[in-house]
Amino acid sequence: MSSMGLSGLTYHTLAKMFSEGKRFDGRKLLEQRDFTVEYNVSNKAEGSARVKMGKTEVVVGVKMDVGTPYPDSLDKGNLMVSGDLLPLASPRFESGPPKFNAIELPRLIDRMVRESHVIDLKKLVITEGEKVWTVMIDIYPINDDGALIDAASIGTIAALLQTHIPNLDENGRVDHESKSTKKLPLMENTIPLSFTFYKLGESLLVDPTREEEEACDGKIVWGLSNWKGKEHMIHSCQKGLEMSMTRQDIEQMMKHLPKLYDDTLKKLKKFLK
Amino acid sequence: MKEFNDKNAEGYEEFGSEPQSRTIVVPGEVISSGEDFLPGEGARREGEDIVASRYGLAEKVGRVVKIIPFSGAFIPRRNNVVIGRVSDIVHSGWIIDIDYASNGFLPLMESPRFVNKGEMDQFLAIGDVVAAKVWNVTPKGIDLAMKGKGLGKLEGGFIFRVNPSRVPRIIGREGSMINLIKENTGCNITIGQNGWIWVKGSDLDSELKARKSIEFIAEKVLVSGLTEKVENWFKENK
Amino acid sequence: MTFKRPDGRKSDEMRPITAKVGIIPNADGSAMFTFGKTVAIAAVYGPRMLHPQHMQDPKGAILRVNYDLLSFSVSDRKKPGPSRRSQEISKVTEWSLSPALDLKDFPNTVVDVQIYILQADASTRVAGINAASMALAQAGIPMKNLICSVSIGKMDKELVVDVDKDEEDFEDGEGATDIPIAKLANTDEYTLLQLDGKIQPHLIPQALALADKACAKIYEVQKKALKNVMGDEDK
Repeated sequence: MSSMGLSGLTYHTLAKMFSEGKRFDGRKLLEQRDFTVEYNVSNKAEGSARVKMGKTEVVVGVKMDVGTPYPDSLDKGNLMVSGDLLPLASPRFESGPPKFNAIELPRLIDRMVRESHVIDLKKLVITEGEKVWTVMIDIYPINDDGALIDAASIGTIAALLQTHIPNLDENGRVDHESKSTKKLPLMENTIPLSFTFYKLGESLLVDPTREEEEACDGKIVWGLSNWKGKEHMIHSCQKGLEMSMTRQDIEQMMKHLPKLYDDTLKKLKKFLK
Repeated sequence: MKEFNDKNAEGYEEFGSEPQSRTIVVPGEVISSGEDFLPGEGARREGEDIVASRYGLAEKVGRVVKIIPFSGAFIPRRNNVVIGRVSDIVHSGWIIDIDYASNGFLPLMESPRFVNKGEMDQFLAIGDVVAAKVWNVTPKGIDLAMKGKGLGKLEGGFIFRVNPSRVPRIIGREGSMINLIKENTGCNITIGQNGWIWVKGSDLDSELKARKSIEFIAEKVLVSGLTEKVENWFKENK
Repeated sequence: MTFKRPDGRKSDEMRPITAKVGIIPNADGSAMFTFGKTVAIAAVYGPRMLHPQHMQDPKGAILRVNYDLLSFSVSDRKKPGPSRRSQEISKVTEWSLSPALDLKDFPNTVVDVQIYILQADASTRVAGINAASMALAQAGIPMKNLICSVSIGKMDKELVVDVDKDEEDFEDGEGATDIPIAKLANTDEYTLLQLDGKIQPHLIPQALALADKACAKIYEVQKKALKNVMGDEDK
């Protein structure tokens, strides 16, 4: 597979196409690809999901363990989101210390999950001040054809909704053998998802393929949810890359974001049990 | 590796006649036994047997058994047309990324008109795309030439990539498939043996149609009667 | 019969094995292989450019293997990043695959093999080798033969084929011995041989013989997966 750099031809063609509202795969600029969600990527995970969105594939696993609370949140369990851009997924990813994109992806998902309070960390205390549950989410792209953050967010909430808190044995340690019936306590009716808008020239688009993503100069990731089933609530935002976003860009995104969210949630609900 | 087919030199490759004479083989698999056949590209003799040394379609052409790959990296050969992107300018020429394990090098003297050393980027700048010919394959890199019909800086249109092993199929026997696409879309098309393809038409829609039809063909590796299927595709996608 | 296998298998019986080729579109070659609940995926990129230059070999491509477990593939979450164990497995895997490959036509380049375990139920490195073998073939790398790999175990006094996690943890009598083996299909050439435990010398040839039989079955499954990769293309 190619790691050839972006050519002037491709950049100009995509700029022209986007300005006419066209894309190589026939989608509209603000249209997301269809996706599927499967479960049970690993029977050793407390919860796991695999998302396939076009050719992009991301797996997410949730592990839980007993730990000590942070000093500034003695009444809460812990949340940790990690991940790696596995060299398996793209000719552009290399082994070795993580490059920026590998650092950014789990951090963006972390903020989306944390700020939405979708995991009720207060309910994860075993002994206040001493022993709490730690939720560890690990995100791994398996094939990168763009929009890894968006696909990872779908996988994350899908995995969390499947996650069971393990049983503890008589010594208070995690018992991996016995089956647990206790589900991870999640906020009712709240599904956090991330949407990355990319910008090329004056055009804004969503869910780019890798070919489209490589040409774009601007990027902004929004994490939002349907907060308690009541209203759209934005929980996180990060602008990336060098190109500025104008006020008009941001207003346009605010106009389209709710519908984008609703369409994705509708598709996702088909895969939620 | 031996080459028994001269047409390889021009970047065209016969895809063999009857599908029955082609079967998929894996490395190490015995293709035939006895002295009737000789091992061609991708095959070897082991005692009595002709054995596959690569994964692909085993094809018998006369007395020679060879393997036609349908996956795997592009391996540049002299006279292959390749499409690449200028990735650097050095004092004696341009470094061209041809999507291969080593870079292509286009010497200054290959430019079609006289170019001053100080003006090299006015002719070809980093990010520009060229169609060039492989002149020489050396351990240091791939020497390119750019004088000839259909070669040179590519302007307008766009480029996209297919798996390099599908290129013979897209060209077709003596160019029949690519000509079908050109007729149905009115596009100028240059096919690089390295899997990169340039398309330029009178409008974006015909260019998109050309790309879609080529991707349609590239998916269908083993299907027979492909010409008819492609003709139908064009009818359905007016 | 002294040892009853926890899942009821016969001593020479493998868990159900599956194989699929072409699972990662970006890769030049890719495959998945499973032994029961152990799931390994492999991707091959190359031959491709190799930097730094001092690593280049003018005699041919170098083979570079990276093996690791995904964090959630094991009961006790594995911290991300290579461990000593995964680095060692990467190296022995590289040695198990290279006798099959003919890399002389690609000087100064690298063939990268990435192997990851999605779900671990013992026999992870051998599952990875089986997946990598198919991925290398799909990537069009010139190969003498496919590589087949299986773990032979010894539970107390008995030799068994395809060790699972419960057997790996067995402690009665002479305990558990784990012998991962790989070979060039249809030959007598072994490319991986490791051993941990207690085993009398005369049992080693028997272990190899059991591996030969199992590998012959694995070869058929790998071959079928490679031949079927184009199966659903006629749409």
